Amino acid sequence: MIKTLSKSIRQYKKLSLLSPLFVIGEVIIEMLIPYLVGVLIDKGIMKGDMPYIQKAGLILLVLTIVSLVLGASASYVSAHAAAGFAANLRKDMFNHIQDYSFENIDKFSSASLVTRLTTDVNNVQMAYQIIIRIAVRAPMMLIVSVVMSVIISPRLSLIFLVIAPIFVVILGLIIRAAYPYFPKIFKGYDRMNQVVRENVRGIREVKTYVQEKPQIAQFEKSSGFIYKLFATSQKIISLNALVVAAVLNIATLAICWFGAKEIVGGTLQTGQLVSMFSYSNSVLFSLNILAMIATQLIISGASGRRIANVITEEPSIENPRKPLKRLTNGEIIFDHVNFKYDESDKTLALKDINLHIRPGETIGIIGETGSSKSTLVSMIPRLYDISSGAVRVAGHNVKSYDLKTLRDNVAMVLQKNVLFSGTIKENLKWGNENATDEEIVAAAKVAHADGFVREMPDGYDTMVEQGGNNVSGGQKQRLTIARALLKKPKILILDDSTSAVDTNTEREIRQSLAKDMPETTKIIISQRIVSIKDADRIIVMNHGQIQDIGTHDELIKRNELYSSIAKFQEENGK
Amino acid sequence: MDQTINKENMKGHRSQTLSRLLKLVLTTSPWMFVISLITIILAALSNVIGTLFIERLINNYITPLVKQVQQGQDPNFGPLAYAIAVMFGIYAIGFISNYLFNMLMGILAQKVQFRVRNEMFTHMESLPIAYFDQNDYGDIMSRYTNDIDTLMQMISQSIPQFTNSLLTLIFVVSAMFILSWQLTIFSFIVFALSFGIVRFLTKKSSHYFQVQQQKLGQINGYNEEMLNGLKVIKVFSHEPEVKEDFEVYNEELRKASGKANTYATILFPIMGNMGNLLYVLIAFVGGAAAINNWAPLSLGAIASFLQLSKQFSMPIAQISQQLNSIVMALAGARRIFQLEDEPAEEDNGVVTIAKNQKVDNSWFWQVPEKDGSVKDVPVRGHIIFDHVNFSYVPEKQILHDISIDAKPGMKVALVGETGAGKTTISNMLNRFYEIDSGKIIYDGIPIKQIKKDDLRKSLSIVLQETHLFTGTIMDNIRFGNPNASDDDVYQAAKLSHADEFIHELDDGYQTIIDGDGGDLSQGQMQLLSIARAMIADEPVMILDEATSSIDTRTEKMVQAGMDNLLAGRTSFVIAHRLSTIVNSDLILVLDHGHIIEAGNHDELIKQKGYYYELYTGKKEIQ
Repeated sequence: MIKTLSKSIRQYKKLSLLSPLFVIGEVIIEMLIPYLVGVLIDKGIMKGDMPYIQKAGLILLVLTIVSLVLGASASYVSAHAAAGFAANLRKDMFNHIQDYSFENIDKFSSASLVTRLTTDVNNVQMAYQIIIRIAVRAPMMLIVSVVMSVIISPRLSLIFLVIAPIFVVILGLIIRAAYPYFPKIFKGYDRMNQVVRENVRGIREVKTYVQEKPQIAQFEKSSGFIYKLFATSQKIISLNALVVAAVLNIATLAICWFGAKEIVGGTLQTGQLVSMFSYSNSVLFSLNILAMIATQLIISGASGRRIANVITEEPSIENPRKPLKRLTNGEIIFDHVNFKYDESDKTLALKDINLHIRPGETIGIIGETGSSKSTLVSMIPRLYDISSGAVRVAGHNVKSYDLKTLRDNVAMVLQKNVLFSGTIKENLKWGNENATDEEIVAAAKVAHADGFVREMPDGYDTMVEQGGNNVSGGQKQRLTIARALLKKPKILILDDSTSAVDTNTEREIRQSLAKDMPETTKIIISQRIVSIKDADRIIVMNHGQIQDIGTHDELIKRNELYSSIAKFQEENGK
Repeated sequence: MDQTINKENMKGHRSQTLSRLLKLVLTTSPWMFVISLITIILAALSNVIGTLFIERLINNYITPLVKQVQQGQDPNFGPLAYAIAVMFGIYAIGFISNYLFNMLMGILAQKVQFRVRNEMFTHMESLPIAYFDQNDYGDIMSRYTNDIDTLMQMISQSIPQFTNSLLTLIFVVSAMFILSWQLTIFSFIVFALSFGIVRFLTKKSSHYFQVQQQKLGQINGYNEEMLNGLKVIKVFSHEPEVKEDFEVYNEELRKASGKANTYATILFPIMGNMGNLLYVLIAFVGGAAAINNWAPLSLGAIASFLQLSKQFSMPIAQISQQLNSIVMALAGARRIFQLEDEPAEEDNGVVTIAKNQKVDNSWFWQVPEKDGSVKDVPVRGHIIFDHVNFSYVPEKQILHDISIDAKPGMKVALVGETGAGKTTISNMLNRFYEIDSGKIIYDGIPIKQIKKDDLRKSLSIVLQETHLFTGTIMDNIRFGNPNASDDDVYQAAKLSHADEFIHELDDGYQTIIDGDGGDLSQGQMQLLSIARAMIADEPVMILDEATSSIDTRTEKMVQAGMDNLLAGRTSFVIAHRLSTIVNSDLILVLDHGHIIEAGNHDELIKQKGYYYELYTGKKEIQ
């Protein structure tokens, strides 16, 4: 995990290294000052030497200011290094997520990705800032004060030798006991957030089925789970405070006792004993801070792991090494294709698909809900990789193409489609960044979107609200078609993309497509016979298999499923 | 001028919020809070006594011992051993107190979180639909996470540290005064300087923390949208553009975060070194004063004063910083209280619904009479809209003078463009929104007299957009009726033709799905939602584009099951496929909130109006 995360430090390495250097300088001066003040008292004040007091005082002032500057620089440097590191982490995660395949995307919920990008990164940022500043400061203070106390009295400093290991062992045990709670707590958070999310989004269902009480019970269960775990872990973590204070106090008392004996025995001066107290304070204070850091790291360790999971997730679809950058025509071949969404699935989503689609052909696909129509076409722009067999476009396996080239040439309008916040024009330009206004209008005309866009208050500059709430389902579908058309693709796939468009408009869209894009292979998935009736060939899908392929007239005659759908739809009027 | 008024307002809100918050903490567990406070004081006291003990050790024990040795006596370590034992007792009280307040404050913070979350959620469930329609989902959600987290921070860390620092500061300053008021006054100059610096830095840092929160919110919103549309991004190979946009937000956040954290952490080296500066200055000035006899100062007093001065500046920094995080927590608390103060759905209804367990499909209203008796009125599903007007916002009327008479068992279809008011009519019926004027009468009872829960229990709704809840498929169907048996669930799934695809899932009815529906297609989710409505078995059905994502053949089969179900029940059907509504008893054509045509299919075709044009394809539904 640390190795994965530390790769994101990059340009902030210099700042990250400067911070400990500043801190070390600051600590050394800080530990020197009491010593020098002692000297000032002994040599200056005791002897009434005013010029010496002035000289030493000036040196001390300069040192304090240097220490202040060093400390402030350490803060500046560490805060910026940590913020930069966090920004790199977010960037690496976000960019990596962009490289995910559909399979990877299905694995993480978008809610959990959002949390990882914010809350978890924040935790790691805090931890990193601590590591490069305080985690340097505390051990440094420890070392310097141990050295100073050994100089003063080697025998008394043996007390630290006895106490420190006990202290470290006990803290280690506490941390080990507390650690397992945190991943569970994070899971609890995910669960609780999900309940809130589902209730906020599904409030209409909750209210119509009068399910408020059971949902509240669900929520209280999830928040209670977090509470119980946190309370238990708190009891363990609080032992830290107990151990630290106890050890500090016992050490002080031990120094009192043995120190007194040594003074009486004449091997120690009173002044040295006073110094010992302040250094023992420093030793235990820094140990205390180390313990606090450890607790912090426990929490951020869990976050770090969640981030590392995202970064180390291997995109299951990657660009080939020597990708083909040209896709010449719209020919598609499925050669004994089998596909499962997940290795562990018992049933195949696609079973032994064999298919040859010629460039420029119009293909209709029909089948019942859940017959793998969408799955079949998802293989063409390589949204998923097939389990066995081969999919070839324009004579080459889809795996040999550059992904961008492939997907720019295979335009797919998804069933679950979205528009993004921005103007209509900006949304359409997703299809082609450099599209001119004329091209945009032309595409919109083909998709029969131009008419209603012009009627909107700001025409093509009308803002689409988040989630596309200000356009109707049918309008949204036509906009997403226009967006795909702007790619000028070799293959166009419409996955039930006109379900909310009325039949006449749909027919006109089909006619314009045939007229304006004769070379483009067109694949249309629909639930309506009328939408695919005129296709060159129609594929009937059933339970992941191609049941039949043929023209409308052929299928009506020989295919029972097809003719029953057709008959039913005809009976029902339009 | 405006700004000052705003500031006054903010302060007023703050003190209100603070007292409400403290009340909340106190009432959640008064004994925990009180014990925590006592233990904080004990811990600080034990610390103070410890510092004093070192001086006493030298003056009262070591010096006499040394004298004893010098006088040739055997040193008597007895009193010293006794003093150390007593000191150990005091220390023990100290570290046990330390443990207790750390633990109690931590648990108390969690307890408060637990309580606030539950209160907030319980209240949220009672809020009117309008609240959810008007507020950003992400914004509501962040109250359960970000805002509550700041609260925990405040209770478990800021309050104890603030109290502790305040106590320490009071002790240190009084001790300094006792030692030398002249040096104390001199220290106050440095103190004032430090205070100025601290206030400046904390103000800066809280400003930049606010900027950071704002930038965090922006990047959150961007992520939410982009991750939601990730599949579309991939299909359009739009990754480079999205990465670029993200980088802009990311860079802004980095800058704000760097500044915020610099100002926050720079406080400690500055204050620490201000302490050192004071230390040096006191040694210098005190020394000079002692030599020149400007003030009656012993060397011992200077030494003690030096020790104290080092402990002087840290509590000031602590207090200032804790004040900041308390202010931040108050902002969070305010957002939480805002949600809790949102008025809940009003419900003055008295009429309830009950089901006769013995007879299928037999529901009745229980209408309390003036004489205290209860009259049973059978639920027949006779619904009358009588000159209903409605607007979501005052100036924009959505429904104009809507009158409908849906007789028991009628299938009523609503047809019209997006925004014509179809869904709004169903919102009126289940009282998601309240009508402005007119009346809705249900089986002779004005619906305002029916308790909302009971009114909704009599209506099943299937919406175009299906929301599922984390759990098994079985749980999700049972959502419609928690008392349904497993057999009832299978029955409903078969009727809605969901049974078929459920069987193909790896774990069948026990397959776990989450709110997004996982691998299910939209059609499959709609089938589940129909099964859910079927199992609810309620007298009136509202189908709002219920079958829009289901293929026509499956729809036909679902329809068969549905017709079975609808038989004898009043139903309202909203659909853009005219094929699903031609057999309705009453078709209402809506345009801009007016009913422009009403009648059955044949009547409307004869009228040759809007419906005719739609049916013949001359007009399209937007």
